[in-house]
Parts: sequence; C-alpha cells; structure tokens
Amino acid sequence: MAPHTEQLSRPAAVRLSGLTRSFEGRTVLDGIDLDLPAGQFTALLGHSGSGKSTLLRAIAGLDHEVAGSGGLTAPERVSVVFQDSRLLPWMRVLDNVLLGLPGKDAADRGRAALAEVGLAGRERAWPGELSGGEAQRAALARSLVREPELLLADEPFGALDALTRIRMHALLRELWERHRPSVLLVTHDVDEAIVLADRVLVLDRGRIGLDLTIDRPHPRSYREPLLGEYRERLLAALGVTEDHA
Amino acid sequence: MSTTSTTTPVAGAAPDPAPGAADPAPTRERPVRRRRRLSPGRRLPAARLAGPVLLVAVWAVASAAGRLDPAAIPAPWTVFRTGVHLWTDGTLPSDVLTSLERAAYGFAIGLTAGVVLAVASGLTRTGEALIDGTVQLNRAVPTLGLIPLFILWLGIGETFKIAIIAIVVYVPIYLNTHAALSGIDQRYVELAEVQGLSRWAFIRRIVIPGALPGFFVGLRLGVTGSWLGLVVLEQINATSGLGYMMFQAQNYGRTDIILVGLVVYGIFGLLSDSAVRLIERRVLSWRRTLSS
Ligand SMILES: Nc1ncnc2c1ncn2[C@@H]1O[C@H](COP(=O)(O)OP(=O)(O)OP(=O)(O)O)[C@@H](O)[C@H]1O
Ligand SMILES: [Mg+2]
Repeated sequence: MAPHTEQLSRPAAVRLSGLTRSFEGRTVLDGIDLDLPAGQFTALLGHSGSGKSTLLRAIAGLDHEVAGSGGLTAPERVSVVFQDSRLLPWMRVLDNVLLGLPGKDAADRGRAALAEVGLAGRERAWPGELSGGEAQRAALARSLVREPELLLADEPFGALDALTRIRMHALLRELWERHRPSVLLVTHDVDEAIVLADRVLVLDRGRIGLDLTIDRPHPRSYREPLLGEYRERLLAALGVTEDHA
Repeated sequence: MSTTSTTTPVAGAAPDPAPGAADPAPTRERPVRRRRRLSPGRRLPAARLAGPVLLVAVWAVASAAGRLDPAAIPAPWTVFRTGVHLWTDGTLPSDVLTSLERAAYGFAIGLTAGVVLAVASGLTRTGEALIDGTVQLNRAVPTLGLIPLFILWLGIGETFKIAIIAIVVYVPIYLNTHAALSGIDQRYVELAEVQGLSRWAFIRRIVIPGALPGFFVGLRLGVTGSWLGLVVLEQINATSGLGYMMFQAQNYGRTDIILVGLVVYGIFGLLSDSAVRLIERRVLSWRRTLSS
C-alpha cells in the first residue's frame, strides 16, 4: 500500500496556524503553520532549546501561563509520554496505567495494555521496582489504554540505553500500526526519527525549517543505505557539518 | 511489613554464591567480593528494646550494690512495688485516665485543625493568604508562653489544658502537611492534567498520597508535642492526673512515685510513637528507604 498518499487525503488531526509562543519577550515559536494528518507518524527534530517541548506542550494544552497567539486544533483524546516515565510511586503499575481512565472494564483494558507492552504479570509491582525500560513501557501502556487519537511523546526514549531504545522503537512502531493514532515524536536523535517516522520536521528559529516525507517501507534498518540520504538532509537542516556528525 | 525484602544476606553468613558463580570461571582471579554496604543492614530483633533493657539492668545492679542513694533514685523493684500499689488502690488508673483523656482530646482537636488548615491553605490561594501567615505568626510565639493568657480566658479547668495541647499539636502537623502539599511535584500536576483527572481525583490520587510522608513527620512531632504539653500543664496547675500525682509526691519527697509517673509517661510516649510508626509503615509501604 502507499501509506503516505492515503494519509494526505485524511483530515488533519492537528492544525496549527500562526502559532506563536514566547517567554519573557523571547519568541520561541514564531508563527508556525502545520497540519498533521490523522494517523500519521511524525517526528520533530531540532536543536536543544529550539522549542520542541514548547510546541508539544502547546499542542497538549499544557502551557497555561505562556504568552502566545495563533490557532490550534487538536483531537479530543490526547495522550502524552514524557521523557521520564512519570509513574506515581505510590500506585502499583496497573493503577498507574488506569489513572484517570473511566469505565467498568477499565481494569481489563489496563491489563491488556500492559500485556501489549510485555509487562503481563507485573501489574502489582511498584514503579520503584521496574527498570528504566520497563517503566517507560508502563508509561506507554498508560497512554495507549486511553485509545488516543493523538499521541505526543517528548523524547520518550532519551533516558534509555541504546539497546533498550532500539527495542522500544520496534514496540512503538508496532503499537502504532495496531492502534493508528497520530503521533508526534519529539527527539534529538536523527536516526530515531528516520527509522520510525513517515514524516520528519525540523524546528529551526521558531519555524518549521524542513518538512521531509520518508516514503520507505517498514520495518527499517539503521543501516539501510537509502536512509543515509535522508540523514544527510536532516543533518544539514540542523546545521551539523561533516566533522560534527 | 510487606515491603520487599532485602536480598543481601547478613554479614558473616555462610559463603554465599558470588554474583557470576553460575558461569564456571576458569581463571584464578580473586572471587568477587561484595562491596561494603553503606545502609545499616538488617534490623536486629527487638532492637528498639535493647537500649532501655540495658539501662534498667545498670540501674538494678547499681541499686543492689548500694551505689545509689535510695532517697534520690530508689531501686527498680521499689518503683515497681509502688507502681503496683498505686495501681491496685485505684489512684494510678484514675490519674492515668484523666491524663489520657486530656491528651487524646487535645491531640484529636490539634490533628483535625492542623490537617484542615493545611489542606485549606495548601490547595486554595485564598486559604493560603488567610491561613499561612497567621499560623506562621502563631508558631513564632512559644505555645507554653500562652498559658497565663489562656488561664485568664478559659479558667483553670480542662478546657484550657486541652486548648494548649491542641495548639502544641496542630502547629507541627500544619507546617509539615502544608509544606508537603504545596511542594507537590509539578511533573505530577502536569500528568494529572494530561490524564484528564478531575480536581477531586487529582487531590485524592496525587496530592494526598504525595503529601502523606510530610504529614507523618508532622504527626510524630505532634504526638511528642502532646505529651510534652501534658507534662508541663499537669505539673503547673492541676488537681488530678499523672502530673498532679508527681507534683504531690515531690512535696512528700517520694521519688519512687515520681519515677512511677515518669515510667508511665514514657510508656505513653513509646506506645503512641510505635503506633504512628506502624501506621506509617503500612501506609507508605511503597517507599523503599534505608530503614525498610
Ligand atoms: N517555562 C519557561 N520559562 C522560560 N523560558 C522557557 C520556559 N520553557 C522553555 N523556555 C525556553 O524556551 C526555549 C525552548 O525551550 P524548549 O524546552 O521548548 O526546547 P527544546 O527544543 O525542547 O530543547 P531540548 O531538546 O533541550 O529539550 C528555551 O530557550 C528555553 O529556555
Ligand atoms: Mg525538550
């Protein structure tokens, strides 16, 4: 199938028009216009301090006291995965997954979500007993059990070791294929963006500096030569020269 | 408690399989030594009692050897006999009951006030504006210094005693609970917003459990404070209660009765503190600390 053309014809899940955000007079987001089609897996790259988190938090509706203007529409059901797993230490893993989830069958759905991320049997563990990767998987289960239309993730794998990260990439992609939420994944890792996403954005000086569609089949390997071309373009957009790369 | 058990064996146990013993190491390298643990290690059984028992033993030996002036420090058995005597003739039970009642009322009122005020001031801006400054001011005045004023206001009866104990109790409970409530991790607030928690669910699932450790610190200080207040009040101006019994014994030079009173106070303190510890361990079983 041709996922990309199919996605473009879908309605936008997220629409930003002239989105501006500034801190103490310093403009961080400078009139961003952006559509994220429903069900698209998008990655957002950018230098540290370029405003990736600011953009994500704006879409999540978490920037209460930030000055700004512009139009913003986002779906009803939005889940956020943070860099830290942000599990509440005083609740068992299952209760963490169920946090804020209404409904009678919530517990069953929670168990199913935990099983899906490979944590079956750990429902009654305390978060403090999980490894970093397990905790992040529990956080993933917590965000998926709500069947989000939009999944926002801010460097969700940033604190994990390289091996765990690769396994988490596969898991995330697999979960996405099954549930098909729109995904906006903030990362500083160019390879992570290329391997996972169908579209990569580069945030630069408050605007989308590069909007790159990666129309390659999945699963993708890190060594796939064709991906090197995308890497070059992204690194160039990030202003990374050969000797830094 | 039901917390996870420490897996490290007691020092000096039989040579335990070193990590990695499963794979046959052909080299003649030094076996892996476990690092010196920095946490104090497993609890000794009945550890809390060891110190007091030793102290009583020393006291008994010194008395038996005639090294202590019985008028100043009577022997343990004298104190024990006096205690039994006071108990059977009914004076001790009635005094204990009076004291306990005072402490319990004062403590209950102080606990309620401390928690209610802390919640009101920790969770609402209006509450904070009205309450926090006032309590901080109250804290600056040593509560026992209020005794003369309270006697003039409330008379010398039970009300004034209970009021003073309540104040001694509420201050630490308020301070610690309020600090814990207002120090709630901003990241958890964000999480609650993302998960779409209602305000009530946010308070119940995040604010309260997050503030419990701080509350327990305050609770323990409050418990200690209630006994302290009790002792002071009963020894200055009372016509019944343990302190009164001790005050009278002082007039007759009966050190043994004074010691009985002190022992009873000590038992109160120990029991109440253990109770709070027990509840704390139950409620905060998710915490794995050095003392777990
Ligand atoms: N609450 C805040 N108050 C003041 N300035 C802020 C605040 N949050 C972010 N900023 C500033 O806005 C800019 C963008 O921050 P943001 O966190 O969005 O960057 P980022 O792209 O996510 O960086 P990183 O990759 O390091 O996470 C930074 O210069 C930062 O200092
Ligand atoms: Mg960031």
